[in-house]
Amino acid sequence: MADQQRIRVLVAKPGLDGHDRGAKVIVRALRDAGMEVIYTGIRQTPEMIASAALQEDVDVIGLSILSGAHMAVFPKIMELLRAGGMDDVVVLAGGIFPDEDVPKIKAMGIRGVFGPGTPLSEIVEFIRANVGRPEAA
Amino acid sequence: MTGDGRRALTGIKATGDEQPLGPGGAMAGAATPPGGRTIDPAAVPDLVERFRRGERRALSRTLTQVENATPAGREALRALFPSSGRAHVVGVTGPPGAGKSTLVNRLIAEWRGRGRTVAVVAVDPSSTLTGGATLGDRVRMMATYADEGVFIRSMATRGNLGGLARATRGIVWTLDAFGFDVVIIETVGVGQDEVEVARTAQTTLLLQVPGLGDDIQAIKAGILEIADLLVINKADRPGAGELKRDLAMMLTLGGHAPPGGWRVPILETSAARGEGIGELADAVEGHLRHLKEGGEWARRERAMLLDEIQGLVRGRILAQVDRLFHDDPAFDALLARLVARDWATAVARSTT
Ligand SMILES: Nc1nc2c(ncn2[C@@H]2O[C@H](COP(=O)(O)OP(=O)(O)O)[C@@H](O)[C@H]2O)c(=O)[nH]1
Ligand SMILES: [Mg+2]
Repeated sequence: MADQQRIRVLVAKPGLDGHDRGAKVIVRALRDAGMEVIYTGIRQTPEMIASAALQEDVDVIGLSILSGAHMAVFPKIMELLRAGGMDDVVVLAGGIFPDEDVPKIKAMGIRGVFGPGTPLSEIVEFIRANVGRPEAA
Repeated sequence: MTGDGRRALTGIKATGDEQPLGPGGAMAGAATPPGGRTIDPAAVPDLVERFRRGERRALSRTLTQVENATPAGREALRALFPSSGRAHVVGVTGPPGAGKSTLVNRLIAEWRGRGRTVAVVAVDPSSTLTGGATLGDRVRMMATYADEGVFIRSMATRGNLGGLARATRGIVWTLDAFGFDVVIIETVGVGQDEVEVARTAQTTLLLQVPGLGDDIQAIKAGILEIADLLVINKADRPGAGELKRDLAMMLTLGGHAPPGGWRVPILETSAARGEGIGELADAVEGHLRHLKEGGEWARRERAMLLDEIQGLVRGRILAQVDRLFHDDPAFDALLARLVARDWATAVARSTT
């Protein structure tokens, strides 16, 4: 196991809400699933997230957001990732999203959208199934 | 110096099963599961060209290949290694929570202010149980996200002991070849673990904090030997003066004198408040001058490369031994005799 390539995930918390208990639970679950998880902390701007993702060359970015700013923040993040040549990164979003926003979020290129109460194992499985696979067009 | 290193490294002939050159060298054919970001070796010339043009994306991708010891990583490193050997590699070690990341963040700002570019390699242990890792050092270094003169990369130890990953040196060389003036390695050190960072960095900072009781003995014998500079961080807390006296005494009693007549300074910082940072940066630069003037720089380069080659050779021998255990029918037969408690036959076989 020691030398194997591992799935690298950046867990970031965009938006202004100041607690990150949820994000930390995800971090731990992914680590326990054998992934290398880079945590960047709370109140991350899209620029910070894109810059960290580039430097860390992650396979996956998990965005945890509670503040309701997703429709403003997500497009900006996706745009910066594309501009930085990181279109192949699998992006997931976790948080509370109105039903009508989910298709719009997916249309931005965010492949997984997870509401509160999603079993952690589902997120783990989603990542395993999607890393290294091009988006089904 | 790099010239010597290059010759020495390429002088080792690869045997049938390819072992990576240099970093990750001891790696026995790292298995690569499907997915991930493995690059085709055919794409390496293009990658290296973009790297040399200063594209950060190319740097980042190269680092992944080097970390995973992929064939592309080996190729890239072969091309880039000759351009390394210029950066000042600074190790920052000490117990968890001592304030290493906070201090590194301050040092980045300090060196940027002095016109230097800075790369950071932040190493955290992998879980021995799952192989996963939480890499959280970046949290304290987010301020410089928009600065092209700064590059921060997190990595897990992936089962390697000694506080670094096997590929850490390759990562450092790659950042060095990209042109960063300073490459900082942050790694947790609690016991004798931090020897490896001292063998990789030219200047090693060992952090201590006051208020962990009067347990100065907790600092294991020998650990001070790896420090070129001792840093008392959280000096804003009570007990810093006392700790300084104790450390000074230990240095004296240890009769510890690093080669070349360098006297290990003891500095006090408050990374949280940003105090003592300029003095620390001065002391690190003072050490660099000392290294360059006294010939110690070259000596350390030699020692580091020798260590790398030894690791490479040991890794190869171990891989051969492993093959013996796994694929040799004679060994299976011997094991069967031992299981049958037939000691005499087993011993007779093992000595033939
Ligand atoms: N009082 C005080 N706290 C500090 C200082 N430097 C860091 N800390 C705090 O110590 C904790 C651990 O810091 P961190 O940099 O993550 O430590 P590391 O594990 O050694 O990298 C954080 O809560 C910091 O805010 C300092 O100089 N003084
Ligand atoms: Mg740290």
